[in-house]
Amino acid sequence: MVIEALRNEELRRHAWEVAAGVVDPEIPVLTIADLGVLRDVAINDGCVEIAITPTYSGCPAMNMIKLEIELALEREGFRNSKVRTVLSPAWTTDWMSENGRRKLQEYGIAPPRAASSRRALFGVDQVTCPQCGSGDTEVLSEFGSTSCKALWRCRSCREPFDYFKCH
Amino acid sequence: MAAASITVSETPLVLYVLRRADDALILGHRLSEWCGHAPMLEEDMALANMGLDLLGQARELYSYAANVEGRANDEDKFAYLRDVRQYRNLLLLEQPNGDFARTMVRQFLYSGFADLYWRAMMKSSDATLAAIAAKSEKESAYHLRHSSEWMVRLGDGTEESHRRAQAAINDLWAFTGEMFEVDRTERALIEAGVAVDPASLRPHWLSTVPGVISEATLTLPNSEWMQQGGRSGRHSEHLGHLLSELQSMQRTFPGVTW
Repeated sequence: MVIEALRNEELRRHAWEVAAGVVDPEIPVLTIADLGVLRDVAINDGCVEIAITPTYSGCPAMNMIKLEIELALEREGFRNSKVRTVLSPAWTTDWMSENGRRKLQEYGIAPPRAASSRRALFGVDQVTCPQCGSGDTEVLSEFGSTSCKALWRCRSCREPFDYFKCH
Repeated sequence: MAAASITVSETPLVLYVLRRADDALILGHRLSEWCGHAPMLEEDMALANMGLDLLGQARELYSYAANVEGRANDEDKFAYLRDVRQYRNLLLLEQPNGDFARTMVRQFLYSGFADLYWRAMMKSSDATLAAIAAKSEKESAYHLRHSSEWMVRLGDGTEESHRRAQAAINDLWAFTGEMFEVDRTERALIEAGVAVDPASLRPHWLSTVPGVISEATLTLPNSEWMQQGGRSGRHSEHLGHLLSELQSMQRTFPGVTW
Protein backbone atom coordinates (compact mmCIF):
# COMPACT_ATOMS: atom_id res chain seq x y z
CA MET A 1 0.00 0.00 0.00
CA VAL A 2 2.73 2.44 1.03
CA ILE A 3 4.77 1.59 -2.03
CA GLU A 4 1.78 2.08 -4.28
CA ALA A 5 1.02 5.45 -2.69
CA LEU A 6 4.61 6.50 -3.22
CA ARG A 7 4.53 5.36 -6.79
CA ASN A 8 1.30 7.26 -7.36
CA GLU A 9 2.86 10.42 -5.95
CA GLU A 10 5.86 9.96 -8.21
CA LEU A 11 3.59 9.48 -11.22
CA ARG A 12 1.53 12.49 -10.24
CA ARG A 13 4.63 14.67 -10.04
CA HIS A 14 5.84 13.46 -13.40
CA ALA A 15 2.41 14.08 -14.95
CA TRP A 16 2.39 17.58 -13.44
CA GLU A 17 5.79 18.33 -15.01
CA VAL A 18 4.62 17.09 -18.40
CA ALA A 19 1.38 19.11 -18.29
CA ALA A 20 3.18 22.15 -16.89
CA GLY A 21 5.42 22.21 -19.96
CA VAL A 22 2.54 22.76 -22.39
CA VAL A 23 2.67 26.26 -23.86
CA ASP A 24 -0.14 28.69 -24.56
CA PRO A 25 -0.77 28.44 -28.33
CA GLU A 26 -1.31 32.19 -28.56
CA ILE A 27 1.62 33.26 -26.35
CA PRO A 28 4.15 30.48 -26.97
CA VAL A 29 6.74 31.81 -24.50
CA LEU A 30 4.42 31.06 -21.58
CA THR A 31 3.64 27.62 -20.26
CA ILE A 32 0.24 26.93 -18.76
CA ALA A 33 2.00 26.71 -15.38
CA ASP A 34 3.46 30.23 -15.85
CA LEU A 35 -0.01 31.46 -16.72
CA GLY A 36 -1.67 29.83 -13.73
CA VAL A 37 -4.04 27.97 -16.05
CA LEU A 38 -2.91 24.56 -14.73
CA ARG A 39 -4.76 24.01 -11.48
CA ASP A 40 -4.50 20.40 -10.40
CA VAL A 41 -3.12 16.99 -11.35
CA ALA A 42 -4.34 13.79 -9.74
CA ILE A 43 -3.98 10.07 -10.43
CA ASN A 44 -7.06 7.95 -10.02
CA ASP A 45 -7.03 4.26 -10.92
CA GLY A 46 -4.17 4.84 -13.33
CA CYS A 47 -5.95 7.72 -15.03
CA VAL A 48 -4.34 11.17 -14.99
CA GLU A 49 -6.92 13.80 -14.15
CA ILE A 50 -5.93 17.35 -15.00
CA ALA A 51 -7.83 20.50 -14.05
CA ILE A 52 -7.32 23.72 -16.01
CA THR A 53 -9.06 27.09 -15.76
CA PRO A 54 -9.79 29.62 -18.52
CA THR A 55 -8.33 33.14 -18.41
CA TYR A 56 -11.42 34.56 -20.14
CA SER A 57 -14.80 32.80 -20.44
CA GLY A 58 -14.62 32.65 -24.22
CA CYS A 59 -10.91 31.95 -24.57
CA PRO A 60 -10.66 29.89 -27.79
CA ALA A 61 -7.24 28.53 -26.76
CA MET A 62 -8.77 26.24 -24.13
CA ASN A 63 -9.65 23.43 -26.56
CA MET A 64 -6.16 23.57 -28.04
CA ILE A 65 -4.54 23.54 -24.59
CA LYS A 66 -6.63 20.54 -23.59
CA LEU A 67 -5.56 18.64 -26.70
CA GLU A 68 -1.90 19.58 -26.21
CA ILE A 69 -1.97 18.29 -22.62
CA GLU A 70 -3.46 14.96 -23.71
CA LEU A 71 -0.87 14.59 -26.47
CA ALA A 72 2.04 15.51 -24.18
CA LEU A 73 0.90 12.96 -21.60
CA GLU A 74 0.51 10.29 -24.23
CA ARG A 75 4.04 10.93 -25.50
CA GLU A 76 5.28 10.29 -21.96
CA GLY A 77 3.43 7.01 -21.72
CA PHE A 78 0.30 8.12 -19.87
CA ARG A 79 -2.27 6.35 -21.96
CA ASN A 80 -5.26 7.32 -19.93
CA SER A 81 -5.92 10.99 -19.20
CA LYS A 82 -8.83 13.33 -18.66
CA VAL A 83 -8.74 17.12 -18.76
CA ARG A 84 -11.55 19.06 -17.14
CA THR A 85 -12.20 22.77 -16.81
CA VAL A 86 -12.76 24.38 -13.43
CA LEU A 87 -14.02 27.93 -12.94
CA SER A 88 -13.50 28.42 -9.23
CA PRO A 89 -11.56 30.18 -7.90
CA ALA A 90 -11.74 32.49 -10.90
CA TRP A 91 -8.49 33.15 -12.72
CA THR A 92 -6.97 36.58 -12.25
CA THR A 93 -3.65 37.96 -13.42
CA ASP A 94 -2.40 37.33 -9.88
CA TRP A 95 -2.22 33.64 -10.81
CA MET A 96 0.57 34.42 -13.25
CA SER A 97 4.02 33.52 -11.89
CA GLU A 98 6.87 36.02 -11.52
CA ASN A 99 8.75 33.97 -14.05
CA GLY A 100 5.79 34.28 -16.42
CA ARG A 101 5.74 38.07 -16.04
CA ARG A 102 9.44 38.28 -16.81
CA LYS A 103 9.11 36.06 -19.90
CA LEU A 104 6.19 38.15 -21.18
CA GLN A 105 8.22 41.34 -20.79
CA GLU A 106 11.15 39.84 -22.69
CA TYR A 107 8.80 38.66 -25.43
CA GLY A 108 7.57 42.25 -25.93
CA ILE A 109 4.25 42.02 -24.12
CA ALA A 110 3.80 44.32 -21.12
CA PRO A 111 2.85 42.08 -18.19
CA PRO A 112 -0.24 42.86 -16.11
CA ARG A 113 0.31 44.85 -12.95
CA ALA A 114 0.63 42.63 -9.90
CA ALA A 115 -2.37 43.59 -7.78
CA SER A 116 -5.42 43.04 -9.95
CA SER A 117 -8.56 44.55 -8.58
CA ARG A 118 -11.52 46.55 -9.74
CA ARG A 119 -9.45 49.65 -8.98
CA ALA A 120 -6.78 48.49 -11.36
CA LEU A 121 -9.49 47.74 -13.91
CA PHE A 122 -11.07 51.17 -13.68
CA GLY A 123 -8.10 53.22 -12.52
CA VAL A 124 -5.65 55.05 -14.71
CA ASP A 125 -3.30 52.46 -16.12
CA GLN A 126 0.41 53.11 -16.03
CA VAL A 127 2.07 50.67 -18.34
CA THR A 128 5.78 50.47 -19.03
CA CYS A 129 6.90 49.96 -22.62
CA PRO A 130 8.39 46.45 -22.90
CA GLN A 131 10.66 47.65 -25.73
CA CYS A 132 12.42 50.71 -24.29
CA GLY A 133 11.22 50.79 -20.68
CA SER A 134 9.62 54.23 -20.92
CA GLY A 135 6.55 54.94 -18.81
CA ASP A 136 5.27 57.46 -21.38
CA THR A 137 2.70 55.22 -23.03
CA GLU A 138 -0.92 55.44 -24.21
CA VAL A 139 -3.73 53.04 -24.95
CA LEU A 140 -4.62 52.55 -28.61
CA SER A 141 -7.33 49.96 -28.18
CA GLU A 142 -8.89 48.37 -25.09
CA PHE A 143 -9.08 45.11 -26.99
CA GLY A 144 -6.27 43.43 -28.85
CA SER A 145 -5.28 40.41 -30.91
CA THR A 146 -6.49 37.94 -28.26
CA SER A 147 -9.10 38.22 -25.52
CA CYS A 148 -6.42 38.67 -22.82
CA LYS A 149 -4.59 41.60 -24.44
CA ALA A 150 -5.01 45.32 -25.14
CA LEU A 151 -3.08 47.37 -27.69
CA TRP A 152 -0.80 50.19 -26.47
CA ARG A 153 1.76 52.57 -27.95
CA CYS A 154 4.95 54.03 -26.53
CA ARG A 155 5.31 57.78 -26.97
CA SER A 156 9.10 57.58 -26.51
CA CYS A 157 10.11 54.88 -28.99
CA ARG A 158 6.88 55.18 -31.00
CA GLU A 159 6.47 51.41 -31.09
CA PRO A 160 3.09 49.76 -30.55
CA PHE A 161 2.97 46.86 -28.10
CA ASP A 162 0.57 44.38 -26.52
CA TYR A 163 -0.42 44.73 -22.89
CA PHE A 164 -1.70 41.72 -20.98
CA LYS A 165 -4.97 43.06 -19.52
CA CYS A 166 -5.31 43.39 -15.77
CA HIS A 167 -8.16 41.18 -14.72
CA MET B 1 -35.48 17.33 -43.64
CA ALA B 2 -34.83 20.08 -41.16
CA ALA B 3 -33.93 19.16 -37.59
CA ALA B 4 -36.86 19.41 -35.19
CA SER B 5 -36.78 21.52 -32.06
CA ILE B 6 -36.01 19.89 -28.73
CA THR B 7 -38.29 19.94 -25.72
CA VAL B 8 -36.94 21.35 -22.49
CA SER B 9 -38.22 20.54 -19.03
CA GLU B 10 -38.14 23.98 -17.59
CA THR B 11 -37.82 23.46 -13.88
CA PRO B 12 -37.31 26.80 -12.11
CA LEU B 13 -33.52 26.48 -12.02
CA VAL B 14 -33.25 25.28 -15.64
CA LEU B 15 -35.43 28.19 -16.76
CA TYR B 16 -33.45 30.66 -14.69
CA VAL B 17 -30.12 29.52 -16.12
CA LEU B 18 -31.45 29.38 -19.69
CA ARG B 19 -32.67 32.98 -19.42
CA ARG B 20 -29.15 34.18 -18.57
CA ALA B 21 -27.55 31.89 -21.15
CA ASP B 22 -29.89 33.23 -23.85
CA ASP B 23 -29.02 36.81 -22.87
CA ALA B 24 -25.34 36.10 -23.36
CA LEU B 25 -25.76 34.13 -26.60
CA ILE B 26 -28.10 36.58 -28.31
CA LEU B 27 -26.10 39.71 -27.43
CA GLY B 28 -22.88 37.87 -28.30
CA HIS B 29 -24.33 36.92 -31.69
CA ARG B 30 -25.44 40.49 -32.37
CA LEU B 31 -21.94 41.75 -31.60
CA SER B 32 -20.42 39.11 -33.87
CA GLU B 33 -22.49 40.52 -36.75
CA TRP B 34 -20.17 43.56 -36.64
CA CYS B 35 -17.10 41.45 -37.40
CA GLY B 36 -15.49 43.00 -40.49
CA HIS B 37 -18.01 45.87 -40.58
CA ALA B 38 -17.15 48.10 -37.61
CA PRO B 39 -16.28 51.76 -38.34
CA MET B 40 -12.64 51.20 -37.36
CA LEU B 41 -10.30 48.29 -36.80
CA GLU B 42 -10.01 48.81 -33.02
CA GLU B 43 -13.78 48.64 -32.63
CA ASP B 44 -14.01 45.64 -34.90
CA MET B 45 -11.72 43.83 -32.44
CA ALA B 46 -13.52 45.24 -29.42
CA LEU B 47 -16.98 44.13 -30.55
CA ALA B 48 -15.74 40.68 -31.57
CA ASN B 49 -13.90 40.31 -28.26
CA MET B 50 -16.94 41.28 -26.22
CA GLY B 51 -19.00 38.86 -28.30
CA LEU B 52 -16.48 36.14 -27.50
CA ASP B 53 -16.68 36.83 -23.75
CA LEU B 54 -20.46 36.55 -23.96
CA LEU B 55 -20.31 33.37 -26.00
CA GLY B 56 -18.02 31.87 -23.35
CA GLN B 57 -20.48 32.83 -20.63
CA ALA B 58 -23.34 31.36 -22.65
CA ARG B 59 -21.53 28.04 -23.06
CA GLU B 60 -20.89 27.73 -19.32
CA LEU B 61 -24.52 28.54 -18.55
CA TYR B 62 -25.98 26.19 -21.19
CA SER B 63 -23.75 23.35 -19.98
CA TYR B 64 -24.93 23.95 -16.45
CA ALA B 65 -28.58 24.05 -17.55
CA ALA B 66 -28.06 20.71 -19.33
CA ASN B 67 -26.49 19.31 -16.20
CA VAL B 68 -29.37 20.43 -13.99
CA GLU B 69 -31.98 19.23 -16.47
CA GLY B 70 -30.27 15.84 -16.64
CA ARG B 71 -31.75 14.80 -19.98
CA ALA B 72 -30.21 14.39 -23.41
CA ASN B 73 -29.85 18.12 -24.07
CA ASP B 74 -26.49 19.86 -24.21
CA GLU B 75 -25.14 23.36 -24.91
CA ASP B 76 -25.38 22.93 -28.69
CA LYS B 77 -28.95 21.64 -28.62
CA PHE B 78 -30.05 24.54 -26.42
CA ALA B 79 -28.49 27.03 -28.82
CA TYR B 80 -29.32 25.43 -32.16
CA LEU B 81 -32.52 23.50 -31.65
CA ARG B 82 -34.92 25.75 -29.79
CA ASP B 83 -37.41 27.90 -31.63
CA VAL B 84 -38.16 31.58 -31.04
CA ARG B 85 -40.82 30.96 -28.43
CA GLN B 86 -38.43 28.77 -26.43
CA TYR B 87 -35.84 31.53 -26.17
CA ARG B 88 -35.89 33.47 -22.89
CA ASN B 89 -33.56 36.42 -23.48
CA LEU B 90 -34.26 40.09 -22.79
CA LEU B 91 -35.89 41.90 -25.72
CA LEU B 92 -33.22 44.61 -25.50
CA LEU B 93 -30.51 42.20 -26.54
CA GLU B 94 -32.18 40.94 -29.71
CA GLN B 95 -32.75 44.44 -31.09
CA PRO B 96 -30.89 44.95 -34.38
CA ASN B 97 -27.45 46.54 -34.28
CA GLY B 98 -28.56 49.59 -36.26
CA ASP B 99 -25.71 52.08 -36.45
CA PHE B 100 -22.64 52.04 -34.21
CA ALA B 101 -24.27 54.41 -31.70
CA ARG B 102 -27.26 52.13 -31.27
CA THR B 103 -25.02 49.10 -30.69
CA MET B 104 -23.05 51.03 -28.07
CA VAL B 105 -26.15 52.34 -26.30
CA ARG B 106 -27.56 48.80 -26.13
CA GLN B 107 -24.21 47.56 -24.79
CA PHE B 108 -24.01 50.33 -22.23
CA LEU B 109 -27.54 49.88 -20.88
CA TYR B 110 -27.05 46.13 -20.55
CA SER B 111 -23.44 46.15 -19.27
CA GLY B 112 -24.44 48.60 -16.55
CA PHE B 113 -26.92 45.98 -15.40
CA ALA B 114 -24.74 42.90 -16.03
CA ASP B 115 -21.89 44.37 -14.02
CA LEU B 116 -24.12 44.76 -10.95
CA TYR B 117 -25.87 41.46 -11.55
CA TRP B 118 -22.76 39.28 -11.80
CA ARG B 119 -21.12 40.95 -8.83
CA ALA B 120 -24.20 40.20 -6.73
CA MET B 121 -24.42 36.64 -8.08
CA MET B 122 -20.95 35.85 -6.75
CA LYS B 123 -22.73 35.35 -3.43
CA SER B 124 -25.26 32.89 -4.87
CA SER B 125 -25.81 29.76 -2.77
CA ASP B 126 -25.47 27.80 -6.03
CA ALA B 127 -21.73 27.08 -6.33
CA THR B 128 -21.72 26.79 -10.14
CA LEU B 129 -23.60 30.04 -10.68
CA ALA B 130 -21.31 31.78 -8.18
CA ALA B 131 -18.27 30.50 -10.10
CA ILE B 132 -19.66 31.63 -13.47
CA ALA B 133 -20.45 35.01 -11.88
CA ALA B 134 -16.89 35.42 -10.60
CA LYS B 135 -15.59 35.06 -14.16
CA SER B 136 -18.30 37.11 -15.82
CA GLU B 137 -18.14 40.12 -13.49
CA LYS B 138 -14.66 41.08 -14.62
CA GLU B 139 -15.65 40.78 -18.25
CA SER B 140 -18.83 42.80 -17.88
CA ALA B 141 -16.94 45.48 -15.92
CA TYR B 142 -14.58 45.82 -18.88
CA HIS B 143 -17.53 46.00 -21.31
CA LEU B 144 -19.11 48.67 -19.13
CA ARG B 145 -15.97 50.78 -19.10
CA HIS B 146 -15.60 50.49 -22.86
CA SER B 147 -19.22 51.35 -23.64
CA SER B 148 -19.32 54.18 -21.06
CA GLU B 149 -16.39 55.85 -22.77
CA TRP B 150 -18.17 55.56 -26.09
CA MET B 151 -21.36 57.03 -24.67
CA VAL B 152 -19.46 60.19 -23.74
CA ARG B 153 -17.49 60.25 -27.00
CA LEU B 154 -20.65 59.92 -29.10
CA GLY B 155 -23.00 62.06 -27.02
CA ASP B 156 -20.47 64.83 -26.46
CA GLY B 157 -18.97 64.44 -29.93
CA THR B 158 -20.36 65.92 -33.12
CA GLU B 159 -23.91 67.01 -33.81
CA GLU B 160 -24.36 63.89 -35.91
CA SER B 161 -23.02 61.44 -33.29
CA HIS B 162 -25.10 63.16 -30.59
CA ARG B 163 -28.25 62.89 -32.68
CA ARG B 164 -27.68 59.18 -33.35
CA ALA B 165 -26.89 58.33 -29.72
CA GLN B 166 -29.94 60.24 -28.50
CA ALA B 167 -32.19 58.48 -31.02
CA ALA B 168 -30.89 55.11 -29.80
CA ILE B 169 -31.57 55.95 -26.15
CA ASN B 170 -35.08 57.10 -27.02
CA ASP B 171 -35.80 53.83 -28.86
CA LEU B 172 -34.12 51.39 -26.46
CA TRP B 173 -35.12 52.87 -23.12
CA ALA B 174 -38.47 51.04 -23.06
CA PHE B 175 -36.61 47.71 -23.08
CA THR B 176 -34.65 48.39 -19.88
CA GLY B 177 -37.48 47.67 -17.43
CA GLU B 178 -37.39 43.98 -18.31
CA MET B 179 -33.93 43.62 -16.74
CA PHE B 180 -35.42 44.23 -13.30
CA GLU B 181 -38.54 42.12 -13.71
CA VAL B 182 -39.23 39.23 -11.29
CA ASP B 183 -41.80 36.49 -11.88
CA ARG B 184 -42.99 33.72 -9.59
CA THR B 185 -40.32 31.27 -10.78
CA GLU B 186 -37.56 33.66 -9.88
CA ARG B 187 -39.12 34.73 -6.60
CA ALA B 188 -38.68 31.24 -5.15
CA LEU B 189 -35.04 31.11 -6.29
CA ILE B 190 -34.40 34.54 -4.80
CA GLU B 191 -35.79 33.38 -1.47
CA ALA B 192 -33.57 30.29 -1.61
CA GLY B 193 -30.48 32.49 -2.10
CA VAL B 194 -29.80 31.01 -5.56
CA ALA B 195 -30.81 34.12 -7.48
CA VAL B 196 -30.36 37.79 -6.75
CA ASP B 197 -33.37 40.07 -6.68
CA PRO B 198 -32.83 42.31 -9.73
CA ALA B 199 -35.13 44.93 -8.22
CA SER B 200 -32.50 45.41 -5.52
CA LEU B 201 -29.99 46.36 -8.23
CA ARG B 202 -32.18 49.00 -9.77
CA PRO B 203 -31.37 51.88 -7.38
CA HIS B 204 -27.67 51.39 -8.04
CA TRP B 205 -28.24 51.16 -11.80
CA LEU B 206 -30.33 54.31 -11.66
CA SER B 207 -27.59 56.10 -9.74
CA THR B 208 -24.84 55.32 -12.27
CA VAL B 209 -26.35 54.97 -15.76
CA PRO B 210 -28.06 58.40 -15.89
CA GLY B 211 -24.78 59.96 -14.67
CA VAL B 212 -22.91 58.75 -17.74
CA ILE B 213 -25.80 59.74 -19.97
CA SER B 214 -25.80 63.29 -18.65
CA GLU B 215 -22.00 63.49 -18.84
CA ALA B 216 -22.51 62.58 -22.48
CA THR B 217 -24.90 65.58 -22.75
CA LEU B 218 -27.70 63.16 -23.57
CA THR B 219 -31.09 62.92 -21.89
CA LEU B 220 -33.30 60.09 -20.71
CA PRO B 221 -36.82 59.85 -22.12
CA ASN B 222 -39.65 60.77 -19.77
CA SER B 223 -41.70 57.71 -20.64
CA GLU B 224 -42.11 55.16 -17.84
CA TRP B 225 -43.83 52.56 -20.00
CA MET B 226 -41.75 49.41 -20.38
CA GLN B 227 -41.97 46.59 -22.92
CA GLN B 228 -41.97 43.03 -21.57
CA GLY B 229 -42.20 39.49 -22.90
CA GLY B 230 -38.73 38.10 -23.61
CA ARG B 231 -38.48 36.11 -20.39
CA SER B 232 -41.63 34.17 -21.29
CA GLY B 233 -40.78 33.72 -24.97
CA ARG B 234 -42.81 36.57 -26.49
CA HIS B 235 -40.24 38.22 -28.71
CA SER B 236 -39.95 41.02 -31.22
CA GLU B 237 -39.91 40.04 -34.90
CA HIS B 238 -36.11 40.40 -34.94
CA LEU B 239 -35.25 37.25 -32.99
CA GLY B 240 -36.64 34.85 -35.58
CA HIS B 241 -34.41 36.35 -38.27
CA LEU B 242 -31.41 36.16 -35.97
CA LEU B 243 -32.07 32.50 -35.12
CA SER B 244 -32.63 31.50 -38.74
CA GLU B 245 -29.05 32.57 -39.40
CA LEU B 246 -27.57 31.26 -36.14
CA GLN B 247 -29.25 27.87 -36.53
CA SER B 248 -29.21 27.37 -40.30
CA MET B 249 -26.42 24.77 -40.40
CA GLN B 250 -27.78 22.55 -37.63
CA ARG B 251 -31.35 22.85 -38.90
CA THR B 252 -30.33 21.99 -42.47
CA PHE B 253 -27.76 19.29 -41.69
CA PRO B 254 -28.83 17.82 -38.34
CA GLY B 255 -25.88 16.90 -36.14
CA VAL B 256 -23.27 18.26 -38.55
CA THR B 257 -19.78 18.59 -37.02
CA TRP B 258 -16.52 20.21 -38.12
